[in-house]
Amino acid sequence: MGEVKLFRTWSSPYALRIVWALKLKGIVYETIYEDLANKSSLLLEYNPVHKKVPVLLHNRTPICESLVILEYIDETWNTTARFLPEDPLARATARFWAKFNDDRVVTSIFRAYVTQGAEQEEAIGPALENLDIVEKQLIGKNFFSGESFGFLDLVFGWIAKYLGILEETGGIKLLDEDRFPHILAWKDKFCDIPVIKESWPDREKLITKFQLMREHFISTAAGSS
Amino acid sequence: MSDIVKLYAFRGSPYSCRPEIALKLKGVKYEFIQEDLKNKSADLIKYNPVNKKVPVLVHNGNPISESVVILEYIDEVWKGVPILPQDAYEKAQARFWARFVDDKCIPAVFKAMVSRGEEQAVAEAHVQMQFLENELKAKGKKFFGGDNVGLVDICASYMALWVGAAEEALGIKLMPKDKFPKLIEWSDNYINCPAVKDGLPPRETVVGIYKTL
Repeated sequence: MGEVKLFRTWSSPYALRIVWALKLKGIVYETIYEDLANKSSLLLEYNPVHKKVPVLLHNRTPICESLVILEYIDETWNTTARFLPEDPLARATARFWAKFNDDRVVTSIFRAYVTQGAEQEEAIGPALENLDIVEKQLIGKNFFSGESFGFLDLVFGWIAKYLGILEETGGIKLLDEDRFPHILAWKDKFCDIPVIKESWPDREKLITKFQLMREHFISTAAGSS
Repeated sequence: MSDIVKLYAFRGSPYSCRPEIALKLKGVKYEFIQEDLKNKSADLIKYNPVNKKVPVLVHNGNPISESVVILEYIDEVWKGVPILPQDAYEKAQARFWARFVDDKCIPAVFKAMVSRGEEQAVAEAHVQMQFLENELKAKGKKFFGGDNVGLVDICASYMALWVGAAEEALGIKLMPKDKFPKLIEWSDNYINCPAVKDGLPPRETVVGIYKTL
């Protein structure tokens, strides 16, 4: 099926979606790690618009944006189990929730992690409200995609590891077991999947990185006010 | 079994026009329900409880929200006159550019509008618009979708109509012809397509909205 390369950083949860997808489909690929402080000329050539990772290179043609890449992988390697369902309404529903995660859940949780004091307190409410909506989505299901694992689990998968890291480094508690029993149950099932289990970046390294990132954001915000 | 298609939308919104254009391109009959955005209907809130926004397509009682999600749904259900390419790579490119329009281009252009044409804001908008200009140049076709209107053209309706309307209403220049000849040419071709013309709001409506900005 051709040569496959993935441009990524070691820590990006968006790149991890693609790692999971490639591994689950049994696709052989080469990883090229990027240093975002010193982007390679190849990356700039393959993603001139955003200059970001992940970028998938399939037979030397680049595909950018993690959700676009996921659908491309699903459509191109289509003889193995599909991530997205066949039915147009089910597909539309999945795409809606993917957008909800990327636009609202990630943004609100990131804001709670990257702020402090009164600003952080204010940010926690919306983050929890969005998680309430996520929790509701899991009622009566094993996975976000239903009975079995699928597209939406790849999309929401970052919650299973990165949310805990953001909580610890941000000094916040979001995933309360009384309020979010379904998310916690899903987290266990998700993390049990072999491909998921073996792909997480090193936890200690992530903690250090997100600690530094938070300090950087806070000092930048202080400098500009 | 006949389809019952309803579209909850706001005529004048660049997002609401998207499903209308797609439905008209495909010759699908639908009922249009104009929402008062300051007083949203109980139906809209029932069909889109998460975001409470327009547009929402309701097909045989099933709601679909988010304009680009709706466009892909329409394309998958009504097969004639395709909006997305068949080839997986071409499809990925279309999705990439549709996201670019929404995530980068429209916000930058909107900022330039709201700032009443402030130099820095316009310069930033031009950076994003240049990507679209280059894409048209590279493709060498009438539309972003090729010979026919496609997903990216529909998402870029904002550039074809709303930008010109804002220029008129606010007395500013956002898309000069000498800088963006391809975008200007594309705009003319796009808004003169019959289905597109039917699906877009009248220019005076949009100019009127911008005059109150």
